[in-house]
Amino acid sequence: MYHSAKYNEPLLNELTDAKVEKIEEIKEMPKSLHRTRKIGIPNLDETQVVRHFHRLSQMNYGIDSGVYPLGSCTMKYNPKICEQIASWEKFANTHPYQDVSTVQGNLQIMFELERMLCEITGMDYFCLQPAAGAHGEFTGMLLTKAYHEYKNDTERTEVILPDTAHGTNPASATMAGFKLIEIPSNDEGTVDLEALENTLSEKTACFMLTNPNTLGIFESDILEISKMVHKSGALLYYDGANMNAIMGKIRPGDMGFDIVHLNLHKTFSTPHGGGGPGSGPVGVNIKLEKFLPVPRLCKSRDGKYFFDYDAPESIGKIKGFYGNFSVLLKAYIYIKMMGKDGLKEASEIAVLNSNYMKKKILNSKKYDMPYKQLRKHEFVLSCEKLKQEKQITAKDVAKRLLDYGLHPPTVYFPLIVKEALMIEPTETESKKDLDKYIEALIKIADEKPDIVKNAPNNVSVKRVDEVGATKNPILTWDMI
Amino acid sequence: MKFIPNSELKKEMLKDIGLKDIDELFSDIPKQIRIEELELPDGLSQQETEKHLRKIANKNKPQSELLSFLGGGIKSHYIPAIVKSIISRSEFYTAYTPYQPEASQGFLQAMFEYQSMIAEITGMDVANCSLYDGVTALPEAALMCCRIKRKTGFIIPRNISYEKKCVLESYGKGSSLQIKEIGYDKKTGKINLDELKKAVDENTAGVYIENPNFFGIFEDEIEKISKIVKDSNSLLVVDVDPLSLGITKSPGDYGADIVIGEGRCLGNPNDYGGSGLGIFACKKEYLRQMPGRIIGLTKDSDDKRAFCMALQTREQHIRRGKATSNICTNEGLNALAATVYLSWLGSSGLEDLSKINFEKGQKLAEKIASIDGLEKVFSGTHFNEFVIKCSTDADKINLNLLKKNIQGGIVLDKWYPELKNCMLFGITEIHSDEDIEKLISALKEVS
Repeated sequence: MYHSAKYNEPLLNELTDAKVEKIEEIKEMPKSLHRTRKIGIPNLDETQVVRHFHRLSQMNYGIDSGVYPLGSCTMKYNPKICEQIASWEKFANTHPYQDVSTVQGNLQIMFELERMLCEITGMDYFCLQPAAGAHGEFTGMLLTKAYHEYKNDTERTEVILPDTAHGTNPASATMAGFKLIEIPSNDEGTVDLEALENTLSEKTACFMLTNPNTLGIFESDILEISKMVHKSGALLYYDGANMNAIMGKIRPGDMGFDIVHLNLHKTFSTPHGGGGPGSGPVGVNIKLEKFLPVPRLCKSRDGKYFFDYDAPESIGKIKGFYGNFSVLLKAYIYIKMMGKDGLKEASEIAVLNSNYMKKKILNSKKYDMPYKQLRKHEFVLSCEKLKQEKQITAKDVAKRLLDYGLHPPTVYFPLIVKEALMIEPTETESKKDLDKYIEALIKIADEKPDIVKNAPNNVSVKRVDEVGATKNPILTWDMI
Repeated sequence: MKFIPNSELKKEMLKDIGLKDIDELFSDIPKQIRIEELELPDGLSQQETEKHLRKIANKNKPQSELLSFLGGGIKSHYIPAIVKSIISRSEFYTAYTPYQPEASQGFLQAMFEYQSMIAEITGMDVANCSLYDGVTALPEAALMCCRIKRKTGFIIPRNISYEKKCVLESYGKGSSLQIKEIGYDKKTGKINLDELKKAVDENTAGVYIENPNFFGIFEDEIEKISKIVKDSNSLLVVDVDPLSLGITKSPGDYGADIVIGEGRCLGNPNDYGGSGLGIFACKKEYLRQMPGRIIGLTKDSDDKRAFCMALQTREQHIRRGKATSNICTNEGLNALAATVYLSWLGSSGLEDLSKINFEKGQKLAEKIASIDGLEKVFSGTHFNEFVIKCSTDADKINLNLLKKNIQGGIVLDKWYPELKNCMLFGITEIHSDEDIEKLISALKEVS
């Protein structure tokens, strides 16, 4: 059975006796700013530091450790070549304010990436500035605002979302100053057209949608939805978190979406880095172009790239410099390697893997799957039956999977599925590994409740008291 | 196909689930808008890719080929080999946000240590484990002040980064934030205290200063600034260059309520400006209004020390529309790099490095100002950046420097029209005496 490394690794400040000492003052410095005591960071040897972080790394699970089917997170393999090239000095050691003639390579990468993302999504223009998906959503919401204000349509203060929306959607819309209206999904797990029709009004600024949605179900009524939304004068926003399901099959632009954000750290295989950096470029159709953030990237007739800041209707800047360039570069390399057929196949196999797992797990009758059967790249199981019969919750199943050396799915999301396990295998997992995962899920359902409820036992710590961490927050060395 | 192991097993797997063709899995997609294929080139092999990228990379001139004295919120610093070595461990960089603490203890502990060290250097009680960059940390801080004080006014001085001001304004469009700008003293380059006194009113939620400010000058009248802010019942937000903190007081020691900063300089490459590391720290009493992810120390069911995400009820995945911020993905790996970097430096290393940067800053400024036609603009004490006024066209000087493979300072009048023909020069520990001489002799020729 699987066992991960388990060290009782001390904290850095416990590796040595950190002494608080006085420090030498610098005469030329203004007196009021003199530092008088040493900063409380320990002085260690390089060996100590290396071993400390090396041990910590061994108590961490990444996609290189094994299957990582977090729903809506698209944890696919991150090609090593992308990391290697992005760390080349020629890219990594360039400064954003260098004369543009000395960074034509960087600008070419960004320019071509914008064009490639336009083609993949069916949008007219792209802006690479947002640092993450949520940042892209916020940018999209500011674009929405600017669009309506430009048309003197200032009463449009509401954003509509389905109850299956990602948490960032309502948070981003609120940050942009919009009022939220959540509409319930229908019995199929998709947008309830009647509810949407009744909610749309002259106050609606935008309808935010993920397609396929977070249940992994494709919104087949999308053309109808698009018509309704546009008829009411609102815009249609595409949350691209689930783009990995549809590349080369259908495009958000063709579905009628006006604004799209992508998560390069999901669909385009740049690593998540334990939480970031990511990148959340935003694409728009032509009617929103003039509102895009500055600077815009341009190419002159003689093939030289440059930045254009002259955009009077622009929403302005939303991040320092031009975006998370190192992430953009990795995504560019990924797309170049995959090519048109590779991207299409990635989506096809991501959907095949998902449906394969779904079918095999449902055949076991251990878990249920509410709503429509055909899923795309992800599907959401319910552990409600296990809970009723054996008091085993989704959380218990998740923790037990860790003992099998498997990373759990996303749990308790979307909120409309009870005891939810949201599984997204991605295209980079082999059938063998999928079978192993399926087998573990089925086995766990048959295990004694005691074993499952007391999991995990084979990882670096036992079940962690998350409630305690919030009730009595200890957030630094000094607070211990 | 590369990275798609089941490519060859398609038929078998389809059969297993009772399907004949892959397109049956897409039967719910409206026919009229399906596409046959994307108009993109065919994929390249790894070897071809590398060759293609090499060609593009050669169109760039990195710091090693172009002696650069740029700053403006981002500078080149030396990165010890240990940083890349540790953050390249794929257990770290291929992990997701640590939603499952039991499988993420390594990253969680490292982030706890990051928070501890950031709180320590800034003199704050708590820190989060990163925002996108120092630039977006400003609007997050401004919005946090407004939430805490239930007011809408936010004061910024003119001697801050122009890009930051722009981003703050963009974020402000989404809320009732009212931004007021105050000027700086034309002689010293420090903020104008009289203007600050006049600007604060009963609606002021927060006041922002940069220390050192965008012109590289230390705001040393901090006691006075702090008093004006406290008297107006508003919060003081201070942006710092973390590498200056080895020799300067922590903002917590002079009354800051929230400290932000760009942490890229702590072991992260410039990467053409992205990705950065948004430092965000505050006093304990404001903890529940803080944006972003926070890691806490807790116990496991055996009562052993363990780590996990704490105070998640502030965050979007729980709180949705009522979250303190929409941020989800942050800059975790860059925070890890900063943690490794600071552990490697230790307090002594940080102190030395601050000193080196300060001293080089003084030396270069003195040398440049001694050249005919070039003079230092502000009298305030500077760190490792400073403003120089040229008697001729600054853009032209830069173009001529470029011909000698030198990238001069940032020409400021595009952002600060009052600083005509002025340049912001930056220097760090990477610049040798030889580099300085090279710039000086070139400047003598072209200015």
